[in-house]
Amino acid sequence: MRGRNHLSGTSPEPRSLLTDDSDGHALSLSGLKKAFADVVAVDGIDLEVERGECFGLLGPNGAGKTTTIEICEGLTIPDAGSVTLLGLDWKTSAAELRQRIGVQLQETQFPEKLTVEEILRLFRSFFRRGTAVEETIRMAQLEEKRRARIGTLSGGQKQRLAMACALVGDPDLLFLDEPTTGLDPQARRHLWDLVDQLRSAGRTIILTTHYMDEAERLCDRVAIMDHGRIIALGTPQQLIASVGGDHVVEFAIGADAEKNLVDARKLTAIPGVRSHRVDAGQHQLSVVELHTTVPRIFSALAEMGLKPSEFRTHSATLEDVFVGLTGRNLRDE
Amino acid sequence: MSSLAESSLYQLTSTRFRLFLREPEALFWVFIFPILLAVGLGIAFRNRPADVLQVGATSPQLMQALNCDKGLSAALMDEAQGTHELATGRIVLLAINKGGAVAYKYDDTNPDARLARLLADRAVQKAAGQKEARQFSNDLVHETGARYIDFVVPGLLGMNLMGSAIWGLGFSIVEARQKKLLKRFVASPMPRWQYLASFLLSRLALLVIEVLAFLGFARLVFGVPFRGSLWELGGLCVLTSLSFSALGLLIASRAKTMEAASGLMNLAMLPMWILSGVFFSATRFPALIQPVVRALPLTAAIDALRGNMLQGMSLSQLGAPMAVLAAWLVVPFLISLRIFRWR
Repeated sequence: MRGRNHLSGTSPEPRSLLTDDSDGHALSLSGLKKAFADVVAVDGIDLEVERGECFGLLGPNGAGKTTTIEICEGLTIPDAGSVTLLGLDWKTSAAELRQRIGVQLQETQFPEKLTVEEILRLFRSFFRRGTAVEETIRMAQLEEKRRARIGTLSGGQKQRLAMACALVGDPDLLFLDEPTTGLDPQARRHLWDLVDQLRSAGRTIILTTHYMDEAERLCDRVAIMDHGRIIALGTPQQLIASVGGDHVVEFAIGADAEKNLVDARKLTAIPGVRSHRVDAGQHQLSVVELHTTVPRIFSALAEMGLKPSEFRTHSATLEDVFVGLTGRNLRDE
Repeated sequence: MSSLAESSLYQLTSTRFRLFLREPEALFWVFIFPILLAVGLGIAFRNRPADVLQVGATSPQLMQALNCDKGLSAALMDEAQGTHELATGRIVLLAINKGGAVAYKYDDTNPDARLARLLADRAVQKAAGQKEARQFSNDLVHETGARYIDFVVPGLLGMNLMGSAIWGLGFSIVEARQKKLLKRFVASPMPRWQYLASFLLSRLALLVIEVLAFLGFARLVFGVPFRGSLWELGGLCVLTSLSFSALGLLIASRAKTMEAASGLMNLAMLPMWILSGVFFSATRFPALIQPVVRALPLTAAIDALRGNMLQGMSLSQLGAPMAVLAAWLVVPFLISLRIFRWR
């Protein structure tokens, strides 16, 4: 029914009937709030995640992503609001929920002197049913490292091991908190492939990231978070379309004397230009119909007597969505 | 989940055990260090056979007379050579034959030399025909159990049980907290009591090895006596270890960094190293602080261990120290259950 019979490993028992309440959401948050001392980490979040969805919480560091996901995981108690996972509540069904979710936390360091196999066997023992250790090792592509001590693994391998520990209970809902932070590009792509496999196997995944390319690549839907709130929600395509232009034009004016001569009103008056902003000397225009708009931008600049020292265009990304909504860059944080 | 090997308590305990065995430093401190300490103290405070004093004599008759005393070993030498040997400390006394008289050359501020003077004169007078004015006999006492090594072995055992329990629990738990492993465990369905129980179970398993190695060594090498019941001694070791484990748990229940934990552990253990009578009797401290000294778990542990090993006391005679240990087991354990920080 969920297209992942090949993962069911050693669980002869049928899944609990509760998993079959297919009309329920995998996750539903309403009015969620949490403050630490005087810092408001989560400031009123409402959210619903469907079964089988790969959902991304995207935002800069400090946006409240980790607090939100840890409230969902039952690790942090919210000050206000309600959390329902798989139709269950942490207050009444914590033990049942722990059996049914898989969790990968930021910065867990497993004991360096245990082997891959040993730590997975340990985690497997916590779950009533789940995937065989060998199967999990194969899924995480750690076969060659099965008997290696964790201390000898690379960053990417450690992260895949953390993912394997989250998967060993064959969870209905998988939480991944910044799964690729700190990894080199190749290890990131390797981990993306793993998440892709889990997605196509029909698992419900909720992940946080501050990489917009990661959210775009992996997630069916994305919530963009800033200062403890969700400021945009939708599929990556919807969000990018909401910026108003498919493309972004960036240019800079080299000569200091000319920098103040840029007239933003004249730029936004150009047909095809949807918005304009300046960030660290870089002018960014959100545009449609690149082929007709770019020549008009050049001539407008020439009319102002300006000569751009840099000029480039790129397709709009989630980064531009964030910039458009907050006026800040994701990566600046 | 029927088989033992798949149960989470077994997995947690065997993981603890593995991690301990893969830590060479821990192995050293728990197994090797107490034995080294016992060897060192055993050598330093060994009861030596009565020393034989080296002396010199200037004539063969004199040398023969001196050698008749078991406490002296005389060599023949002329006066100049003897003076040189005296100056370099190779002999403590030189007996010089001066016709009918004997002159003793020695340093009267050196106790050995004064003893040699007494022995030498007695031997010389005896050789000259002097008789004892009164009859006498010697009754020598070399009892095991009254030696320093016998006193210090139960002390070292108590100290070792304290150290391995407090370090073992404290460091592992705080390290797991610092590395966010505790948080990861709490996010899984692991029963929390099993995590703490796995420490106690692995501690008890290690205890058997640790105590057997140390006491076996003390028995074989120093002939330390075991006058009480060995089963009761084992029971006392378990009680001691559990009490200190509870204390270790309390110390580890909130500390977030290894540095903080390390400081707290030293704070807890240092007074006991000094006050609890590991190396000398705790009764030497003034009466004013005796109530404090008596209330320390290590004092109670060492009193009980000495009572069993040296005096052959039964558990019923050791009620007071056992009650102190039990209190140190229950109270810190209950407090730490309340305040334990899992993240």
